[in-house]
Amino acid sequence: MNVCVGIDLGSTTTKAIVLDEKGRIVGRGITNSRSNYDVAAQVAKEEAFTNVRFSMLSRALDEANVLGKDLPQFEIALRRAFDLEGYLGQLDRLELHCREDLAQGRYGDLTLALSGALSTIIQRLRKDAPKLFAPGQKARSDFFRDIAGAGFIEAASELARAGGPPFDRIVGLFDRSIIPVENEQEQRTFTQRLLAACKRAAQLLNGDSLQVSKIVARVADTPLNPVRLVGTGYGRARLPFPKDQIRSEILCHGLGAHLMFPKTATVLDIGGQDTKAIQVDPIGVVTSFQMNDRCAAGCGRYLGYIADEMNLGLHELGPLAMESKHRVKINSTCTVFAGAEFRDRLSAGEAREDILAGLHRAIILRAMALLARSGGVKDEFTFTGGVAKNQAAVNALRELVKENYGEVTLNIAPDSIFTGALGAATFALRDIEAGAPSSGDQRLAAAGAIRDSHNHQHQGGCNGDHCGS
Amino acid sequence: MKGATAEKDASMQKQKEMIASHFTELARVKDTGKKVVYTFVPGNLTELINHFGMLPVLPEINALQSGMRGKSAEYISIAEKAGHSEDVCTYVKTDIGMLKAGNIGPTGEPLPKPDLLLLSYTGCFTFLKWFELLREEYDCPVIMLHVPYQGEGEITPEMRSYVADQIREVVIPQFEKVSGVKYNEERMREQMRLSVRAEDDLVWVLNSARAKPSPIDSWFGGVYYIGPMFTSFRGTQDAVDYYTMLREEVQERMDAKLGPVTPDGQAKEEKYRLVVEGPPNWTSFREFWRMFADEGAVIVASSYTKVGGLYDRGFRHNPDDPIGSMADYCMGCYTNLNFPQRTEMLERYINEFQADGFLINSVKSCNSFSAGQLLILRELEKRTGRPGGFIESDLVDPRYFSAANIKNRLESYFQMIEAKRKGAKS
Repeated sequence: MNVCVGIDLGSTTTKAIVLDEKGRIVGRGITNSRSNYDVAAQVAKEEAFTNVRFSMLSRALDEANVLGKDLPQFEIALRRAFDLEGYLGQLDRLELHCREDLAQGRYGDLTLALSGALSTIIQRLRKDAPKLFAPGQKARSDFFRDIAGAGFIEAASELARAGGPPFDRIVGLFDRSIIPVENEQEQRTFTQRLLAACKRAAQLLNGDSLQVSKIVARVADTPLNPVRLVGTGYGRARLPFPKDQIRSEILCHGLGAHLMFPKTATVLDIGGQDTKAIQVDPIGVVTSFQMNDRCAAGCGRYLGYIADEMNLGLHELGPLAMESKHRVKINSTCTVFAGAEFRDRLSAGEAREDILAGLHRAIILRAMALLARSGGVKDEFTFTGGVAKNQAAVNALRELVKENYGEVTLNIAPDSIFTGALGAATFALRDIEAGAPSSGDQRLAAAGAIRDSHNHQHQGGCNGDHCGS
Repeated sequence: MKGATAEKDASMQKQKEMIASHFTELARVKDTGKKVVYTFVPGNLTELINHFGMLPVLPEINALQSGMRGKSAEYISIAEKAGHSEDVCTYVKTDIGMLKAGNIGPTGEPLPKPDLLLLSYTGCFTFLKWFELLREEYDCPVIMLHVPYQGEGEITPEMRSYVADQIREVVIPQFEKVSGVKYNEERMREQMRLSVRAEDDLVWVLNSARAKPSPIDSWFGGVYYIGPMFTSFRGTQDAVDYYTMLREEVQERMDAKLGPVTPDGQAKEEKYRLVVEGPPNWTSFREFWRMFADEGAVIVASSYTKVGGLYDRGFRHNPDDPIGSMADYCMGCYTNLNFPQRTEMLERYINEFQADGFLINSVKSCNSFSAGQLLILRELEKRTGRPGGFIESDLVDPRYFSAANIKNRLESYFQMIEAKRKGAKS
């Protein structure tokens, strides 16, 4: 299957979207951007490709009708088993790196005791792994370092208490080995890993497991050919693509919003580091845009500071603000001053939820000014970016848009985080349609067998195609 | 191509020599006894200053040169320590800071104190305040020529005689008093004949950007081309020679179908032709220019190169009416135009120079430029249907030039033009 890939390297997360030749979304991937953009791009891409194959597999199994009503259950089990296989592969590599470290001779008399402790810990982690990835079990984290790290520390602590080597020396092994583990490719091919997963999942089946294995093998071996990749976002200059495969995030957001909501005329994107007001024409081409060059006041990070100040999670701010009865008026949207503003109001006896409601309105007021500068809010109006998930911000926006521009349809997609990546992938597809040379990178092109080295977990809500054009 | 490059160096070399000799003269005033006039670029009365054997110093130019030499951050900080707020125009603060740091000019020698402060364009309110500050420092006479704003979009006979009378009755007598030289109308006509010759050649050079590819960049390159005309040399043989030389060089580039010379040498393919409104940023001038040059964007016309006169729209100094034309000149500089005039001028540039779009660089320091720029943007989008871009920076305060963000906006803007082109084809 020929596919086009869009990658959006944001300041906090990296997203990938895969489109088939008809422009349908067949895969999505997301990961944290970390300090290494190259790895982040690779992980998001691989995650999206894994996703593609799982979608293909769903369709194939459905068409073959070998599982009947057990299909959904099997799909979940297979996905979890696939993740488990990845986790176990990484555990193997963790042990390998720890042993290499032990062989350096830096541990002296402790070497033998540490080696024994390592064996015990890895064995225990392996034993516990299937439970962690059992269907229905809530994942503690998306990342190997968090999941394995927690178990490693717990076991190390027990061993140390029982008279084993000192705790910090055991944990030191993990600390020195985790980065190479994260940055390495897995030894097995995608197919090998998927078949191993299938074997595990099939144990849950009553149906024809042989036929299921055949279908899984067929799908896993179907060549997946990325004919073109387009990158966007803050880290786009770091993507290993030629310049003509890089698009500005403004264009990608404009097009992405148009694809999600074809009647979009105005787009507001409030991300961590900037706020964009974009006007698009009826075919999704950006006609004008505004962003702040001199000051980042009123961006998503502003809410981040407030959350830190209140010792709350970012996702808790909106619901708390919604409880407000008497909104406090706040003028300053300076991110750095946000904390002082908040403390000052608290000391004046205002309620937290009322101050929060005021802060939400203040950042939306700032966005309104930017929207006005870009040419106003036209019907329909699409709101994207992390802040679009915050109901208090959405309500403030709805209210202010109505006050200033009258009744306008406000669109917010649940998966709006993929807006930029969707735009990028669509640019890739259009480039191909316009006769651009195929330019998928060799590593991926060769990878009907994609090596998933990062055991990146599947994220919910990413396997539909409900926002396709 | 080699010839063209060598020729280019010749005009640039000539300009450098002219400037160096001007600063040498300034450094020698103690010996020569020449009088020094501090004045501004918009509405400058250069012919008149030269007529009385006096030497002009332009604080705005000092400020922008300090910006280009990487000195403005230090000067601004000195001025802020002295009590000038962060919101004050950064040209003013750079000048005040430079003054407090010894008023060392670009040649490394201190600039002489003024014998006279000439405020010949009052359309910028900050100019008034600026010279009020300088008056405190230097304790010298100030001439304030009151210049009416073209609020109705025209220069009426009353406005003209109002300014001409001030030149005749206030400026000239004061100049005579300070310099000890008598005004001679015949000699002034001679000066103005030289002005016109240089003005004709400058206009030819600016209009050369109508060619495809444009042989010049009319903003980044343009600021060099307007140098002699807008500063101390108009009405001199040196200026005439400079513009003759420049014109020949540009003609050669045009004949060879060459684009402009950029900080990294010969421009590559001309991909985007733009009209720009607003001044450039001086602290990251070359970096800023590269952001355009690397993308194949060429500025074919700009409003900034008209701050010292709208020659390309027909204005000339007039040997038959020297004082009347000086009055017209003071009232006709770009920032003295009202919004409809500015909008119309930019619209004509977009059409006449076949621009793909227009860009506004909104500088924090200058309200004479920035106020109303978004209205102009919307209006131009409506009238021309071509995409407008908007970026924000400052003249000489490096704190307000965020390279990563500006580059991001510019790249998006260029891609937007590209996407519109493709959209139009489909």
